[in-house]
Amino acid sequence: MNLEKVVFAFFIVLSLTLNFGFFIGELDNPNHHNVYELFAALVVSLIATIMKFGDRAHIGAVLLATSLVADLQLIAAVIVWTISVHGTGTGLTPMVISSIVSLSGGALLANITSVIILVTETVMFRR
Amino acid sequence: MKNIFYLLLRRMRLPLIIIILSYAISITGMVLMPGFDDQGRPWHMSLFHAFYFVSFMGSTIGFGEIPYPFSDPQRIWTTLAMYLTVISWLYAIGSLFAVMQDPAFKRVLAYARFLRSVRQIHEPFYVICGMGDAGQLVARELAESNIRSVAIDRDEQRIQGLQLENFAVHIPALCADVSDSSILLTSGLRQANCAGVIALTDVDHVNLSIAISSKLLAPQLPVICRSETHDSQANMASFGTDYIINPFDTFAERFAMMFHSPSMYLVYEWMTSLHESPLTEFAAPPRGVWVVCGFGRFGKAVRRALSFKGIQTVIVESDIEGTGAPEGAVIGRGTEAITLHEAGIEQAVGIIAGTDDDANNLSIIMTALDMNEKLFTVARQNLRSNDAIFAAARLGMIMQSGMIIGRRVIDLLTNPLLSDFLRLARVQNEAWANVLVSRIAGILTDQPPQTWTVTVGNEQTPAMVEAFSKQLQIMVCHLTRDPRMTDRALPCVALYIKRQNHDEILLPEDETLLHAGDQLLFCGLPHAQTHMRWTARNFHALNFICTGSDRPSGTIWRLLSRGRDH
Repeated sequence: MNLEKVVFAFFIVLSLTLNFGFFIGELDNPNHHNVYELFAALVVSLIATIMKFGDRAHIGAVLLATSLVADLQLIAAVIVWTISVHGTGTGLTPMVISSIVSLSGGALLANITSVIILVTETVMFRR
Repeated sequence: MKNIFYLLLRRMRLPLIIIILSYAISITGMVLMPGFDDQGRPWHMSLFHAFYFVSFMGSTIGFGEIPYPFSDPQRIWTTLAMYLTVISWLYAIGSLFAVMQDPAFKRVLAYARFLRSVRQIHEPFYVICGMGDAGQLVARELAESNIRSVAIDRDEQRIQGLQLENFAVHIPALCADVSDSSILLTSGLRQANCAGVIALTDVDHVNLSIAISSKLLAPQLPVICRSETHDSQANMASFGTDYIINPFDTFAERFAMMFHSPSMYLVYEWMTSLHESPLTEFAAPPRGVWVVCGFGRFGKAVRRALSFKGIQTVIVESDIEGTGAPEGAVIGRGTEAITLHEAGIEQAVGIIAGTDDDANNLSIIMTALDMNEKLFTVARQNLRSNDAIFAAARLGMIMQSGMIIGRRVIDLLTNPLLSDFLRLARVQNEAWANVLVSRIAGILTDQPPQTWTVTVGNEQTPAMVEAFSKQLQIMVCHLTRDPRMTDRALPCVALYIKRQNHDEILLPEDETLLHAGDQLLFCGLPHAQTHMRWTARNFHALNFICTGSDRPSGTIWRLLSRGRDH
């Protein structure tokens, strides 16, 4: 058992589950989407990205790419949240929350891709 | 360069994760701690405020409590968060610097820099393996002649020493194990402009592996190898090493030449001297019995060469069995008076101190001179750093491996025609050499002569090509004439001509006609070379020398003079 692989798989899956937890619910209902969950998803996703730094294998490079996409999507969602709540004072109107959620939906797709790659790699790994 | 980037990222993983975690913990804590707003109502920081606060807290400790003064729980948490973030920042920055300072990382950087500077060489260049005395000499002399080279040595200090020297051209240097063939590839062996490989390490086996790797990786490249044993010499020759230099044999040969043909020795000595070295005084060694101390590779080579000339030697050696010394050898180091006396130093005409220890060699010479002050002294100098004491010892002759190898390599590289000339000169007799020596001595001042090659063709002698096209006949004497005063000859001697059809002319007459493709070897004072190159490039100068008439060079003047001719 390789501890590095365990930790990495843990963070990849955790960032998917947290992202999913934030994403699930009615698209335009702010009560269904907790901002703290978004925060947690971003932190875990960032850590998962850094764990792939300096990996020269091809799969490692693809995983780095997908988790960078997830990071970008989540950061965009966080910025939209910050600007609408603190910047312009619009508050979480249905329009704002739905754009935040759809951005995190994009991140969710990227995270799903990461997990699929991870699973494929694990299945192909025979020993 | 890519490798370094990956290495850096890999090393920075943990510090970055720690920063992110400490930020996440601090932000979460700030959000959770209960506080009060300006009206005293319970208030929680939002995530945005917490992120803002933690961001500037982590980097600057001097901050205000915003947007409202903090409650005690918030202050307690801030205290914790402060230490957490500051420590994780310090750790991250510390690890970044540690990576930069890491010897492995520095090696990777140096390697990448070397690779880049080798690729940037566009002129022909030589790969020099081994930066000992000989290697440094070769690198310096090549740089002096504006020839690029690349240096590899296992010793870090030598590489650093090389970088401190101020060469006319940049010499990329790498500290690496030369016997590793991938290092040879790195140093540009397969680059189209690589001109040759020079293996000068002090280990024969390493030189051998360099030679064989380069012959396999780049068969067309000439390889010059240093070798100190006949065994590895034969091995190197077996797979086509182009030039093998054995410093002991080279020296012994020259030394023996002093006996049978002092003038020939002088010719060799003059032709192969280095840039700006003073002209050495020459005294022919006397014939008689010679005492040779040390019967290692050097002693054996000298004895063989001397006995070939019919000169008797007495060997002094402490390890008679191990070295296979001949019968009649005296046991001892030669540093004691008693051993030298036993070897008959009082009746001998010369002494050769040839052990591999510089202090012993000097001691042998001093002891021997005490016993017989008329001795001709020859000492082997192993380390270049001992230059000063060897110079102070006023020896008849010094044998220094690095110097001998270095000079030989430089001659092979910078003046290939010289080897051809010396090969022909060797079979001439002493009278021939006497004539040559007196001719050269007639033009010398206090510096040894320089040798240079002129190749008749568009590149070096456009004026001569133009003259040929105008049916002018160019002779050797036209080149050796002073272009400023045509009745005066330049201080130089034409030594050798190699024609395109491989005809060779030794010491060509002044009236020898020149053709396109001829290669000429001259020797003389440095300024003679400058003037000669001018004649060879400037058609009007050449024309004036040939015909004695100064033809106008501008179009208008040419038209005018044609009008006048008619």
